[in-house]
Amino acid sequence: MNAAANRLPVNLDDADIEAVGRELDAIQHEIKSSLGEADRRYIWRLIKLQRSLALVSRLIIFASLGFLPRWGHVLSGWLPFAIVMAIGTFGLGLAKILENMEIGHNVIHGQWDWMHDPEVHSSTWEWDNVCPADQWKHSHNVVHHTWTNVLGKDRDVGYEIMRVTPEQPWHPVFLLQPIFNLLLALLFEWGVALHDLDIHAMRRRRGLVDEDRRILAGIGKKAARQVMKDYVLWPLLAGPFFLYVLGANVVANLMRNLWAYMIIFCGHFPEGVHVFHEAQIENETRGRWYVRQLLGSCNIEGGKVFHVLSGNLSHQIEHHLFPDMPSHRYPQVAPRVRALCARYGIPYNTGSLTRQFGTTTAKILRLSFPGNHDRAESDYRAAGVHH
Amino acid sequence: MLQRISDVVGLMATPLRPSHYLELVQPLWSTHRLQARVESVWDETSDTRTLTLRPGHGFRRHRAGQHVRVGVSVGGRQMTRTYSISSSPDRSDGRFTITVKHAGRVSGFLARDVRPGHLLSIGLPQGDFHLPDAAPVRPLFITAGSGITPVMSMLRTFVLRWHMPDTSHVHYAPHAHDVIFGRELEGIAAKLPNYRFHPMFTRDGHGPRHFSEAQLEELCPDWRERDVWACGPQSLLDDVTACFERAGRARYLHIERFTAPLARLPANLTGGTVLFRRSGVEVRADGKKALLRVAEDASIAAPHGCRMGVCHTCDATMVSGCVRDLRTGLEVNEPGSRIQLCVCAAAGNVEIEL
Repeated sequence: MNAAANRLPVNLDDADIEAVGRELDAIQHEIKSSLGEADRRYIWRLIKLQRSLALVSRLIIFASLGFLPRWGHVLSGWLPFAIVMAIGTFGLGLAKILENMEIGHNVIHGQWDWMHDPEVHSSTWEWDNVCPADQWKHSHNVVHHTWTNVLGKDRDVGYEIMRVTPEQPWHPVFLLQPIFNLLLALLFEWGVALHDLDIHAMRRRRGLVDEDRRILAGIGKKAARQVMKDYVLWPLLAGPFFLYVLGANVVANLMRNLWAYMIIFCGHFPEGVHVFHEAQIENETRGRWYVRQLLGSCNIEGGKVFHVLSGNLSHQIEHHLFPDMPSHRYPQVAPRVRALCARYGIPYNTGSLTRQFGTTTAKILRLSFPGNHDRAESDYRAAGVHH
Repeated sequence: MLQRISDVVGLMATPLRPSHYLELVQPLWSTHRLQARVESVWDETSDTRTLTLRPGHGFRRHRAGQHVRVGVSVGGRQMTRTYSISSSPDRSDGRFTITVKHAGRVSGFLARDVRPGHLLSIGLPQGDFHLPDAAPVRPLFITAGSGITPVMSMLRTFVLRWHMPDTSHVHYAPHAHDVIFGRELEGIAAKLPNYRFHPMFTRDGHGPRHFSEAQLEELCPDWRERDVWACGPQSLLDDVTACFERAGRARYLHIERFTAPLARLPANLTGGTVLFRRSGVEVRADGKKALLRVAEDASIAAPHGCRMGVCHTCDATMVSGCVRDLRTGLEVNEPGSRIQLCVCAAAGNVEIEL
């Protein structure tokens, strides 16, 4: 059975696959040896911009209170209040997006470890998010990046609560999937925080083991600080206007959650992406690992600002090939990866945000109902593989 | 109460600290990292430069002769070296100076590329090579090249305190124009007869003028009655140490060594001895086997994840030595570097914090 079960959905023999691996290794080496002062300046400027934006936005939220109608001055009124409040809230949401995506995600990946800067290092960075960085390093860097799109291994496939590929067996609970999906989008940071818990194992054991308690304690400690900051202390500073500031902070966090959810779901779930069975990764070589990352990831097209705001996860394919390459170099390597794929006939899944998010959402809705195995077959045929 | 307030304010900045925001306004106010601003640069000799630094909040006054850690970014990489402070702690404006000779990447950068306004990360003053609390009665200084810097701090302190003890100073430099602080030293010697300055030029064509016991006898006949501070290259310090040991005066000798902080890169990659410091295990390793495997074969429970250099779970600190990244062939030989055990192999002897 091995030879057939072991195949990847591409028309390449082992020698071709290893050649692809060597070419990708060469690209990686070339970029890594060209890192220098300009790259350092990029990340530090972004960090300073992000911190300034966060601070200024919080101050604008407070400034908006001065426009409340009750003060009765020339500029006061609900409209000026709402405008200033919206600017502050949007700025804070934007700051949180930058912090989590282009800065936090990438620093914790070790993309900036080459600088030997103790402040911007995967071992010291903690992000503005309820998920503790050390746990995320395990659930994301280890589990997801090693077992990308392998059913039963990669917990990002459906985040253990959703059916995102027809290969996952259907269960009546998935009829509620549209609701799970919406909740996950709104509460995304909490979903990410709980991600390191092995929910399946817990269900099987019907209880917690020490390891689970350790993880929960870590989340509790981190989440308590985050909740205190955004939902208690900053609002308290506004005294009688507590609820206004609380509302602004809730909206900023929701904005970040929805954005992160959207970008991340577009990375692995759009139409045409591949999932793998454990048999396919037996004795996987570096070349085969690369090809699996290529087939299991999807890009989103967009402008420069869009790429920065998405943490360059719009270059999810390049990110999965080179997880610890500084993200702002992905746009530079993407055309080369794409050309390489074209040369070897490997699908390169890229599309507009509407296409990627649209097909992802349609798929999630469709898969809440049973069936759709034919669809999986057609994916394979589209890749030119015949069983 | 104040502590409570600062805890609450700290929580408002979580996961950062208020200092991270303060730093945006004025880098020298930050409390989470110590920085210094370069205020002026001054060329001492053709290849030596003095930087005047204004340290940030939290710096403490040094003792004359101590050194300080200075970090700079060269080619995007943060690098750290230590430099003796050349100014006196009695200087009243809160600034201090370091004097750097153009050699190597970090010193080369400091001696050539740094401009006023640059921020450098610094540490607190450290080191045992300093003047005792009670000024020495009859000091003898033996210095060579940039080894003059900590002694300069001591001499400037004597001058500022209006008290120059009975001092003898032998200094070695290749030529007269290479003497760092040459003018100032001559000036002090001219004004204060208690200070006797003996510059020795080793390459000006008058035969060998390197340190020897006979030479010391001639320049400073009462050297056996003095407290001695010596600073300079390894070879000079070896000769001075031997001389004072023979005379039974070793305990009156204070020396400062500047050893190169980098391991030598091996010409052929044959591996070496790997010492896992916390586990206290020492094993031989070849230049091909990943250090994670080396650790596991030695029954050390090392944290690991992807085993392919992706997840950074197995990163560890290299205390000293040299390793090679198996993916790129690049060598890492800077002590204190974080290395990825699963993709690095020993390149010579190496010591790892594990």
